[in-house]
Formats: sequence, C-alpha cells, structure tokens
Amino acid sequence: MSRIWETPGGIHPPANKRQSLSLPIDYPELPERLVVPLDQHGGRPCRACVEVGQQVLKGELIGVVDGPLGAAVHAPSSGTVTAIEPRPAGHLSGRPARCIEIAIDGLERWTSRQRVADYCQMSAPQLVDRIAQSGIAGLGGGGFPTATKLTTSGHPPIATLIVNATECEPYVTADESLMRERADEIIQGIDILAHIHGNRARMVIGIEQSKPEALAALRTACAKSAVEIVEIPRKYPSGGERQLIYALTGKQLPSGEIPANIGVLCINVATVYAIKRAVIDGEPLISRVVTVTGGACATQRNYQALIGTPIKHLLRHSGVNNNRLNQLIMGGSISGFKLPSDEVPVVKTSYCILAPDIDEFAPAPPERACIRCGRCAEVCPASLLPQQLLWHAKAANHQQLEEHNLFDCIECGACSYVCPSHIPLVDYYRAGKVHLDAARQVKSNAAQARQRFEFHQLRLARLEREQSLRRAARRSAAVPSNAPRAPVARLSSADIIADAQNRAASKQPTVEQTLDKLQRNISMLQNRLELAEQRLVAASDDTLNKQNSLRAAVEGARQKLQRAEQRLTEQAHG
Amino acid sequence: MMSPASSLAHSGQSTDNIMHWVLLATLPGGLALTWQFGWGVPLNVLLCSLCALACEAMALRLRGRPVGFHLRDCSALVTAVFLGLALPPLVPWWLVAIACSCSIIIAKQLYGGLGNNPCNPAMVGYATVLLCFPEEMSRWLTPQALLPEDLYQPGLWQSIHLVIGGGDLIDGITGATPLEVLKHKTGLMIEQVYASEPVFYRASWAGAGWEWVNLGFLAGGLLLLRKGIFSWHAPLMMLVSLSLMALFYWDAGSSASHGSPLFHLFSGASMMGAFFILTDPVSSATSIRGKLIYGAMIGVLVFTIRSWGDYPDALAFAILLANFAAPTIDRYAAPRAFGHSAQRNGVPPKEDQ
Repeated sequence: MSRIWETPGGIHPPANKRQSLSLPIDYPELPERLVVPLDQHGGRPCRACVEVGQQVLKGELIGVVDGPLGAAVHAPSSGTVTAIEPRPAGHLSGRPARCIEIAIDGLERWTSRQRVADYCQMSAPQLVDRIAQSGIAGLGGGGFPTATKLTTSGHPPIATLIVNATECEPYVTADESLMRERADEIIQGIDILAHIHGNRARMVIGIEQSKPEALAALRTACAKSAVEIVEIPRKYPSGGERQLIYALTGKQLPSGEIPANIGVLCINVATVYAIKRAVIDGEPLISRVVTVTGGACATQRNYQALIGTPIKHLLRHSGVNNNRLNQLIMGGSISGFKLPSDEVPVVKTSYCILAPDIDEFAPAPPERACIRCGRCAEVCPASLLPQQLLWHAKAANHQQLEEHNLFDCIECGACSYVCPSHIPLVDYYRAGKVHLDAARQVKSNAAQARQRFEFHQLRLARLEREQSLRRAARRSAAVPSNAPRAPVARLSSADIIADAQNRAASKQPTVEQTLDKLQRNISMLQNRLELAEQRLVAASDDTLNKQNSLRAAVEGARQKLQRAEQRLTEQAHG
Repeated sequence: MMSPASSLAHSGQSTDNIMHWVLLATLPGGLALTWQFGWGVPLNVLLCSLCALACEAMALRLRGRPVGFHLRDCSALVTAVFLGLALPPLVPWWLVAIACSCSIIIAKQLYGGLGNNPCNPAMVGYATVLLCFPEEMSRWLTPQALLPEDLYQPGLWQSIHLVIGGGDLIDGITGATPLEVLKHKTGLMIEQVYASEPVFYRASWAGAGWEWVNLGFLAGGLLLLRKGIFSWHAPLMMLVSLSLMALFYWDAGSSASHGSPLFHLFSGASMMGAFFILTDPVSSATSIRGKLIYGAMIGVLVFTIRSWGDYPDALAFAILLANFAAPTIDRYAAPRAFGHSAQRNGVPPKEDQ
C-alpha cells in the first residue's frame, strides 16, 4: 500500500451519492435538436467550419481550433445545421456563447471512423495529434485541452501519471458509474497515456475509499497491469489537482506552476476513458456521462448524454417535478453554480446536473458579519486565511489580497460551507480575482505605454541627431556663405551699393542650387512621411481619434512630398 | 450573472448558535460567582443585559441598520454577560450603565458593529470604569466560604437597594481578594501568608471562593472547546505562559515570590479570561500561529501587571494590549500557503521585471 500524505483543511459534507448509483448508465433517447457551443474548453472558442443548412454526419468536425489553445468540436449526431448564433450556455460567467444548432435526423449516420488495432505502433506525437483531432478536453470540469497537457516537450519527463478518480463533490457520481461499468476501457486509456510518455511513469489511480464497487471493478481490470490503485480518505476537496498530487506524491505543486513542471501529469478518469474511445475506437468526444440527480427528479441516475443535449431534455427524461424544483445547479452542491434556464446544453465539462427538491436545502439565512471565528481557515485546502481575504476583498485592497495569496484559492467553497455567518465567501473571492486581474492589466498597460513612449522619444532623438549630422555635412560642403562678414562701418556709399549689387547677384540661385534645394526638401519630406507612418503603426491600438489624426498627418506629408517631387521634375525639365 | 451556489449546501452552523453556546457556557462560572458573592452577580448581569440591549438598539437605529436582525445575533448579550460577571457585585447602577454603554456604543458600534471592533467591548467597558472609579471597582465582597456562620451575603431586596444607591455595604462583608492579599504580604514568605490569611488557609487549593469560580469557568470553557466553538490554541497558551511566568518567579516561595502557578491559574479572572475573553474571535489574532502568540502574550502580560502593577487584576489591560497587537501578529504569523515555499510575512510579492 502506497503512502498517503494528508492534505490541509477539507470538509466532510453528506455525500448524497447513493441515490444516483442505484441504476446503470442510461442512454436517453435523442433530443430533436442539439446545441453545441463552440467554447467548451480552455483557450479561445472554436471557429465554425460548417454553414447553416449544411448536412453533418455524427462525429464530423464542425468547429476548428482557432488559436494556440483549444479543442475541436464535432457533430454529436447526424442532421442539419439550423443556426450558428449566441445561445445561453452553462458557463459560470453567464455569458451566452456561440453555438451550432443541429436538427438531428435520428439516423445516427457516422462519419468514417478510423479504428486502431494496435496503438503501440503509433508514435507519441501521432497519438497526441489523434487526441487533439478528437477534441478532448478535461472532463473533470476544468476543460483544459488534453492534447496540450500531453505534449511531452518543454518540461521534465513525466515521472508520475495520476488518474483523478476521487470525485469528492457531493451528489456527483458520473466518474464512479463509469468506473463501475467501464473499468477495462479506463485501464486501456491509462496504458495509452503511459505509452505516450514512454512507459516510464509510475501510474496511479487516486480514488476515495467511499467507492467500494468502483474500486473492485478497477482492481479486477488492472490485475495484470502495472497501474497502482491508491485509496485516499473521503474528504472534500481531495480531488483538487494540487490536493491529489500532494496526497499521492507528497509534492506540493508550487504556486502558479503546472503539474508537468514537477514531472506529474494529472488527468481525470472520464478524460482517460475519452482518450481510449478516441484512440482505439476512433470516436471524437461527442458524448459524456452526466449525473442527473436531486430530490426533484423521479429517477436519479447517470446518462451517457450527447454533447449539446439541452438539459431540459435530460430533466424531462428523469421526470423532474417542476413544482418541487428548488433551483437548477450545474455541478455538485458545493462548487456548482445556478443555471439561468434549462435551455442550457450539456457540454464537455458538465459532469452533474443537480435539481434539488425545495426541502432539500434549507434556504440560506441572511448574511451576518464575519466574526473571524477562523473555521474557514481551518478547512481551507490551500492554507489561506479566508477571513482576512474577505476583509481585504471588501476593502478592495489589492496589495493585501495578493499578499494573502488570493490567486492560490481554488474556489472549492469549503469556507462558505462552514461559515457560521453564511457569507458567500467564494463569490467575494471570484470578484476579488476579477478586480485584481483588471488592476494588473491596467498596470501592465501603463508599463507598456511608458515603454512605447520612451522608445518613441529615443527614436525622435536619433532622427534629430541624424538630421543635424546631415545638415552639418551639407553646410561644410556648401559655399562658406556663413563666413564672418567684414565690418561695414567705414565703407563709402559706392562700396555699399556695389556690395549690395554683388549680393543680389549671388542670391539669384543657379539651376543647380535650385535642384539641390528641392532635393533636400524631398529627402526631408520623405523623412517626415516615414516618421508619421511609424507613429501610425505604433499607435495602432490607440483610440480611433488619435489614429485618424495620425493618418491625416501621413496623408499631408505624402501630398507635400508629391508636390515637391513634381516641382523637381518641372525644374529639371525646365 | 449566474450566482454560484456557494450557499446551497451548508454545515448548518450559525453565528447565533455560537453565541447561544457561549451564553450557556457561562452558567457554571456565573452560578459559582452567585454562590460565593450573592445576588449582586445576577443583578449585575441583568442590569448589563438591559443596558447593552438598549444601547445596541439605539446605536443600530441611529446607524440605520435593521435593529431586530442584529439584536438577534446575541452578540450584545454576550458582551453584557461577560461584563456583568467581571464587575464587582453590588456596584452602583450608574457604574454598570457607564461600563455597558462604553462597551456597546464606543467599543463596538462606533467601529461598525459586530465583527469590526478592534478591541474586546466588554474589556473596554471594564477598563474604563476601572480607571475612572478605582474605589468602587476594587471593593469585592468576601466570598461565602469565608463569612462567619451567622453572616450571609445581602439578600435580594437589600442587594437591589444597595445597587440603586441606598446605603453602604456592611463592614465585614467586603474583603481583599486573594490577589490583593498576596500582593500586600509585605515581606512574608508564601508559607507564612498561607498560614495567616483565612483566604488561603480556609481554601481547598488556591483561594477561598475564587477557586470555585475559576473552576466553574474552566468547566464552561471545556464545554465550548468540546463543541468546537473555539480552538484550544489561545486559551492553552495563555494558561501555559501564565504558569511558566509564575514558576519562573516562584523563587521557592520566598518573600520575593509572586505566588505559585496554581494560585495564578485559579485566581481573579484567569479562567474566565482564558476561555471567554481571550477567545473572542473578532478582536483576537486569527491564524493558528497568531493565536498561540496572542495567548502567550496575554499570559505574560497578566502575570506582569498582577505582580508589578497597581491594579487588583490584570486581565482587562492585558487583553486590550494584545488586541492592539493582534493585527500585527496576524500579519506576521500567517500560515505558509499550500504550494508556497515560504510564508510571505507581509512582504509584497516581487515585481515582475
């Protein structure tokens, strides 16, 4: 039995998992329409590569990755694209996301699937590429593109491969049911991951002790494999990435770093399953296991739901009694968030839909003042001081928020759970993070602007220097017109007249002189045009007004230059 | 904006509940006080409670806050009970009123009410009247354990009469507390003091009457510890540091000794302070390490002021001084956050170059 390190903090809320585990995973009947968001993952939203009215097949690529980070989106079933537009999405921000709506034909016609008999013949980059093509993103809720996570370059080799099977959040049983029923495929997925990392890594499944059936299934499945199964005590949030890595390896992931930096790869068990389906069966990520639970449901169970299935459809399937429904929660009872409507679709990161009965949770009493009792600090898995963070978040004291490590908060909600004053602490921290981010942005913008300004000054000074050098060179080359004049005081009037006549004659420019002058003029104007254009480029992200005036300056310089050139040609021909 | 469900599932603990438990836990100590010092104790508590609730309601009204909602958190009542138990029995009513209004209005509501007061309100009120009316405040009754067989503490009606301001206390009913007796031992050895003073030779182990009062508060405190109302860190450290100080200056019971650890633990307001005043979360240090430092600091201060100061007991001043230090302690005693190699120690993060 491997050693387990005890993580700080944590709570033991009622698990409430049994009710959704009495029935096996069900395949609900197809909905009429699927609404597939283009933004279901870390990174930028995908770009739709289909058009309204186009026929799509099951598993066909409909959204391509747009940017360095992303996960492709595929049609979960065959049908016709009926709309590509913003729709309400199950996202914490509450912002609508661009979605592709597919009216499905019910025929489930697959696009061509490439099955792989022996993935061991494939190289690591080929396998990672296949996973990227399949649009796999972290199914544990993070949604981070898995292919990016699996990239083997840029960090030390992976020494420990952790499969996160803790599923510590109350009510959620999606991973547990998956492990009970499809343990073999999960182990195959782990083997693929091990193969990608050269079969050198220690492979560990971290699972809570409270899942005996899942444990038994996994044990049977990996009897002949090198995969280790480590039971950890039930505690929320034992499934936090940092917490699990510490519990299994004793390594604290340094703040702000990713697990790969310390040679650890941590992947959710459902993601591992999706990897197996993608690599061996050639199925892109178009469905996932979702728990539909809560007292308002007549049947509480897990569904293998197509991505894009409206939650309404699943709720109807579960016989939700709308008269008894308290509120709709995406996620579990502690870190989940309220959904604005039941039109929201299932996405890659939706592991649970909680439809509690009105009596299931006591309504939250009004928030009282924080008495700094410190219970939150006792349960904080990141060893922060939530009571101090609250104080500084309310005062918008950014420096103190940063010094109290606000960004190490994993928003698990353990503090809110125990707070005797019923303060929604996590809400304050989320808002605090947004403000802190904004303040950092302002700071970095200011630094950038300062840098740009300094560079601009430098360039102006350089131009000035160059110009003065050129001028001096010209001056020394020209007739010594600036030579000191002889004193005029004692000259006679005739001399003066003769002198004036001489000067007038010398002032009459020769053709060469004119040409030279015009040429100088042109080179000066060219310089000015160049400068104006540079300024315009430098100011490309400034306000429109400033851009317009700079553009006008460029145009003015260009016209002057044209005129000068015109005169030069006239002069030369004349 | 979707609202997170951070208040959906809850442990079921509440601030009101904490306050109720604290109030309940003062019962053993309060009853012991009443047993030893008579009706003056419940009268103090009653007067304080009425006054505190009135002050709190008035202040909340002036501040435009919902009166009923905030009164129901029972925090004013807790302050009142602590103050009532700390004041000497049978002090005049106006003294109680001044102490109470200082506690609630100045120390608590002027700073923004519950959760925002930098100092323990009960101790602010107590210290104010101790500084302003030292005579009334140092007049403690003789505990029942020391009264002659035919003499009893004043009855209820007589007590009310005395509090309202009619008449003086009968001689023989007031007496020096064990702390005062030991302080004014004038060159005697501890053994001699223990042999000559009834407050010691008629006591079971520390000081007649007071030992039972402290035992009562200890019992209440242990109940709260068991219920998880507060953590053991600050109270234990205070008792430990107080004992260590006493041990260090014990001097084998010579004429220079300041009393044994046992004597200090069970005298004056030691136990009440350790378990009821020290553990006021609002004004104390908040991290685990901070609580340890805070408790130790109070233990040292209590012994210092008791031994070399001019006041009968030292708890109020020790607590107030530590209250002032609490924010600084918190800043430097913050725990090392998970995934950080060192505690930040209040040092701003390094600027990214």
